[in-house]
Amino acid sequence: MAESLPHLMRVTDVEMRFGGIVALAGVSFDVERNQICGLIGPNGSGKTTLFNCISGFYRHSRGDIVFDGVSLTGQPRHRMAGLGLGRTFQNVALFRTMTVRENMFVGAHHLGSSGFIANALRLGKPRAEEAADGERLEKLLDLLELRAVADTVVGGLPFGWQKRVELARALIGQPKMLMLDEPAGGLNHGEVDELAVLLLKIRENFDLSILLVEHHMSLVMRVSDKVIALEFGQKIADGTPDEVRSHPEVIRAYLGDTSHAA
Amino acid sequence: MSRTGIIIACILMAAVPYFFASGYQLFQLTLVVTYAVAILGLNLVTGYNGQVSLGHGAFYAVGAYTTAILMDKFDVPYWATLPISAAVCAGFGFLIGLPALRLGGLYLALTTFALAVAVPQLLKYRLFEDYTGGVQGIVILKPDPPFGLPMTGDQWVFLFTLLVGIVCFVLSANLVKGRIGRAMMAIRDQPLAAEAMGIDIAMLKTRTFAVSALMTGIAGSLGAIAVQFVAPDAFGVPLSLTFFVGFVVGGGASIVGPIFGAIFVEFIPNIADEISKAAPGAVYGVLLIALMFLAPGGCASLVRKAAPYMPWNRKTG
Repeated sequence: MAESLPHLMRVTDVEMRFGGIVALAGVSFDVERNQICGLIGPNGSGKTTLFNCISGFYRHSRGDIVFDGVSLTGQPRHRMAGLGLGRTFQNVALFRTMTVRENMFVGAHHLGSSGFIANALRLGKPRAEEAADGERLEKLLDLLELRAVADTVVGGLPFGWQKRVELARALIGQPKMLMLDEPAGGLNHGEVDELAVLLLKIRENFDLSILLVEHHMSLVMRVSDKVIALEFGQKIADGTPDEVRSHPEVIRAYLGDTSHAA
Repeated sequence: MSRTGIIIACILMAAVPYFFASGYQLFQLTLVVTYAVAILGLNLVTGYNGQVSLGHGAFYAVGAYTTAILMDKFDVPYWATLPISAAVCAGFGFLIGLPALRLGGLYLALTTFALAVAVPQLLKYRLFEDYTGGVQGIVILKPDPPFGLPMTGDQWVFLFTLLVGIVCFVLSANLVKGRIGRAMMAIRDQPLAAEAMGIDIAMLKTRTFAVSALMTGIAGSLGAIAVQFVAPDAFGVPLSLTFFVGFVVGGGASIVGPIFGAIFVEFIPNIADEISKAAPGAVYGVLLIALMFLAPGGCASLVRKAAPYMPWNRKTG
């Protein structure tokens, strides 16, 4: 049923207010299956607010977000992973005292269902769950080049590595859409290039869409199939990277209004 | 540690009663095991899940009284009181946990502290006096060794306590290294991310609290059987703080930590008393501070640091 829908996520007329401030003024767009969708905009344009509405962190005041046939509006935050939304965080939110492997196992939490008693007795179910998760974990360690640090506590890893651990932790949960909140933030030039390659590789290896919220223009333009530009909480452009790059509104938003000055 | 290592350690511990002629030393060791289980319960909720409880003495009290009342008023055999006590304490912990865990942080610490203050007084309350024995408490009988085993009652109580203690430790060790244990730690480390991974924080915290109360409650039952007496004033605020000290000394988020913590809270007060009859409290305080300097992160952190050098771990370390 849900598979027959052409788009994976449809955002319809989402509005978000903080007191009197309108952070999102009715934004609508679609994310297709297996698509990398970039979300750009200047500071304060509402990208992160929109990201937070989708991930359930904020409750939008109007509109609806339908993901794979299920409305996300009003869903509790811990349901999002089970619905197929995996995510990373802007400033890296790993479980600091745990190892890379343990962090990744937590990423698969929503796929399991064994409880306290089954785990305390180490019954078959938790063991089977762990074996299944472990198989995907091993593959991800290779794909994301994390094997060397698999049993290292993440708190001591360099920032760039921590970001990869976050990706691995999101991917092990088999998301239908991977939501990345400024993944290039804090990375140097070379690392951003590696990230672009990695994102394309992830899309190739897994059946998923990626929603990329990012400041870093060249990264977004390079990997995205589709780009959505926001300004002052409104969508100003929606199309292929080339279309958006040459869109007059986008140029104006980023470079300032030159027509009035002339 | 390897499985065989653990089994050997268990057998050694079980052999201990034959080498200790003195009933009092055996009694002290029984209490060490009891406290270790109680502190293990506290460690699950505070160490692994990050929920500070200053009131686990209350759960110990409920466990102890459940066993004492069942034995005294309903003639239930001592061993059969344990599962009932576990269920009662888990239920009690769950009910306390439901509202308390919404508070979190320092407020949870205060709420549980209030529990530690309230429970001894509730145990004295006149309406329950028929069951609790009021201020007098309840005296219970020392269990006899079963199947005519050739040992004294004290030796049997030690073995029984040790057996139950080992079961509690094995179950807890399994729990914390699996899916649920990782979720407990994830909530402690980074609740927002834990939620994004699909962990229902409120539910997991409440259940962790219940399991923690269950463990500490079983310890209370074991303590009641060992001491053969329960009275409200034995379960006041000092007991809760004793568990907390044992937890910190042993080291948070560790399965072996509570054993060290229990040894500390059982023996160090006596040692302090021998050093200075006039101010044992001051000596205790100094010893406590000294230990925190020598082993920041608790005894368990020392064990962790030493582990790679141990013979059974050489190959991996």
